[in-house]
Amino acid sequence: MSVVIAILAVALLAGVILLVSAPLRTARRRADLPSAELVELEAAREAKYSEIRDAELDYRTGKLSREDYESVAGALRAEALELLNRLEALQAGRLAGEEPGADD
Amino acid sequence: MAALGRICLLLALAVCVYGIGASLYGVRSGRVEFSESGRRSVYALAGILTVAFAVLEIAFLSNDFAFNTVADTSSRTTPEGYRAAAVWASQEGSLLLWAWLLSLWSSLALFLTRRRMRDVAAYATAILLGFGGFFVSLMIFYANPFATTSPAPAEGVGLDPLLRFPTMVIHPPMLYSGYTLCTIPLAFGMGALLARRVDADWIRAIRRFAFAAWLFLGIGILLGARWSYSELGWGGYWGWDAVENASLMPWLTGTAFLHSLMIQEKRGMLKVWNVSLVLATGTLAIMGTFLVRSGILNSIHAFGGATLGVPFVVLIALLIAGSIYLVVSRRDMLRTEHRLDSLLSREAMFLANNVVLVGLCFVIFWGTYFPLISEALTGREASVGPPWFDRYTVPLALILVLLSGIGPVIAWRRATLANARRNFVAPLLVAALTLVALIVAGVALKPFAIAMFCCAAFVLGSISQEFFRGVRARRAMAGEAAVVALGALVRRNRRRYGGYIVHLGMAVLFVGVAASSSFQHASELGLSPGGSTRVGAYTIRYVRPTATITPKYDQAHTGSTLSLGAVLDVSKNGHHVATLRPSEGYYDSGEPAQGSVGHLIGGQAVSHISMSAGVTRDVWTAIAPNISTPSLQRIITVGNRTLPPEDAEVAIAYLARAYLQRPPQAQFHFIVSPLVMWIWLGGLIVFGGGLIAIWPAPSTVRRRVGALARTRAQHGLARA
Repeated sequence: MSVVIAILAVALLAGVILLVSAPLRTARRRADLPSAELVELEAAREAKYSEIRDAELDYRTGKLSREDYESVAGALRAEALELLNRLEALQAGRLAGEEPGADD
Repeated sequence: MAALGRICLLLALAVCVYGIGASLYGVRSGRVEFSESGRRSVYALAGILTVAFAVLEIAFLSNDFAFNTVADTSSRTTPEGYRAAAVWASQEGSLLLWAWLLSLWSSLALFLTRRRMRDVAAYATAILLGFGGFFVSLMIFYANPFATTSPAPAEGVGLDPLLRFPTMVIHPPMLYSGYTLCTIPLAFGMGALLARRVDADWIRAIRRFAFAAWLFLGIGILLGARWSYSELGWGGYWGWDAVENASLMPWLTGTAFLHSLMIQEKRGMLKVWNVSLVLATGTLAIMGTFLVRSGILNSIHAFGGATLGVPFVVLIALLIAGSIYLVVSRRDMLRTEHRLDSLLSREAMFLANNVVLVGLCFVIFWGTYFPLISEALTGREASVGPPWFDRYTVPLALILVLLSGIGPVIAWRRATLANARRNFVAPLLVAALTLVALIVAGVALKPFAIAMFCCAAFVLGSISQEFFRGVRARRAMAGEAAVVALGALVRRNRRRYGGYIVHLGMAVLFVGVAASSSFQHASELGLSPGGSTRVGAYTIRYVRPTATITPKYDQAHTGSTLSLGAVLDVSKNGHHVATLRPSEGYYDSGEPAQGSVGHLIGGQAVSHISMSAGVTRDVWTAIAPNISTPSLQRIITVGNRTLPPEDAEVAIAYLARAYLQRPPQAQFHFIVSPLVMWIWLGGLIVFGGGLIAIWPAPSTVRRRVGALARTRAQHGLARA
């Protein structure tokens, strides 16, 4: 094996070790991730907003009658508000230090 | 340099083993730094395999025939562009490409999810590194791309002439990208089940990768079809070859997943179905990779040399067993209390679409694997040909196209019958008018083709209606000009309208398939110069023969030693339409036993088709010249006997001149196919629609939309 190849191989190995071991060597505090429940509620909230927009677009493009749209949209808004209330409660609890900081 | 490559493989395996251990330890012990170290192992794997790939690429480009794979698949006479692509022409090189692409896509997926789902991502990391380690192990123990021979041969065998075609350069990278991207949703799906985090977060995280897998796989499949049509001498684009089917199956289940995941995102339903689809898609992708390397296939797609059947069977068995165990053991968590509100809803249409897609996949699976299993068990060659596949897939494809037109005009959750009836008027009218037009035009009554044309017209009608009404609604709300409103509509609803464009593209594609399959005119016959024949509405006349010698002058730029062909004049109703120049290329076999002249043209002869392609029809031709005549064979025999290797090309020049002076009758294959170009155009439309659907909205738009929706939700309830 030539010297150049050996140097390249050693450099590669050193680079790999440095990259892979970095999290083990640094003592920095890793940011706490939001709890699983918070993430799930935020995902559900975004999905609900998307449903509300879809319902409005369905109504405006003639796929839903006005009565159906108001019925569906009303239900969706109620569900969205419930999600928002649960999110606010969770976030308030987290701020007050009641929320677990790591993934469950 | 080969030594560096071998070191890379060993290092890659070590990194995979470490990364799996670190990820699993990190997630089980809660020590986040080990999970992060595991994730970085994937990045390291990508770096290592990039170096390994570069080493092999340099070997090919520099004609380093000490590398066995370079000697087996390349040569000095192989054009440089094809030499670069020859890396993945062999079993060994293609394994390296697979592993490299897997590491790159895995790195991207894990980088984008580094701040969420730590536990799910850690399990996914271990699984992806498991795949990486599997492929690296195959290279180390079975098919090493860095194996060498000393002393190195002076010349290589050369790239298979059938692969010397532009689409074949890009087809494997696209297809392998699709396959490797399929493993990412599988890994995250398994991770979600292992971590017992089966909420919507993992679905949202992998949605774009599932879409990208679908897109790349689709492009790869279409490129393969294009190569088959434009290069192989049979004139078709899809032969229900086992390997073609193996790539289509994960695409079908992936398509089903992209639809049903919307239902899970909106309604929290179909969790079991979606996770099963994701696991099936990934497993089918591995099975597709298995087929070409198992040794059970005798196909243009199959790699020769070492067979890797046993390791792949073990991996596939583990995947299937593991998937079943995880889904069954977590079934309580996957249950949902939500139900379909109505059968007349978009959710119901998506469900129906899913059933059809999975049904299609099952039919193709049965037709592909049953004969192989039967032959393996009984020793008798069994075959299921295109007629069997067509019998079952054509009706299902019709239903699929129809559903792709119905879905867009039905509302989410529920639609009233009166509303639905009103929304179907325009699309049905378009379909009816199409049927009338076809009958009036005297188009031959082929039921399935006519049905497909009418279904496609229905899709065109419904999609056009959606765009028209959407633009009208946007203009009513925002007072914008039509073009501006259209842009805003698509920008704000990328998934919906991108999806509509995809549906339209698929309809166009299926019209092309139906027309070219059902209304094709074909003819095979012998012609001498001056002779002519009629194919469909076209007259084709053999004007004169052509001949070129040495790779330098090969008009097909594939490095053939000798190329014999013809100039053909195509006319319709006495008017010149096109001039075609099909040819057959003869390549160096590298076998000295064939003689100094014989070996120059003794390799696999490859047909280079010529066609006149248009929006309404393709005129396709292939030629098989006859070089077995006594006069031509005498030139080769005398040349073998009297000419040293360095002067052998003189005999080739004599051969070419003799062919031009007294051309024997040549065999021709002529095909006139309507609307073939619609297949490629449809594919482009699908690609464009897919890009729109997958394109992320800018974060500022997302925040604005989210805030607006929140305010309106609150105001709406206040009004109620």
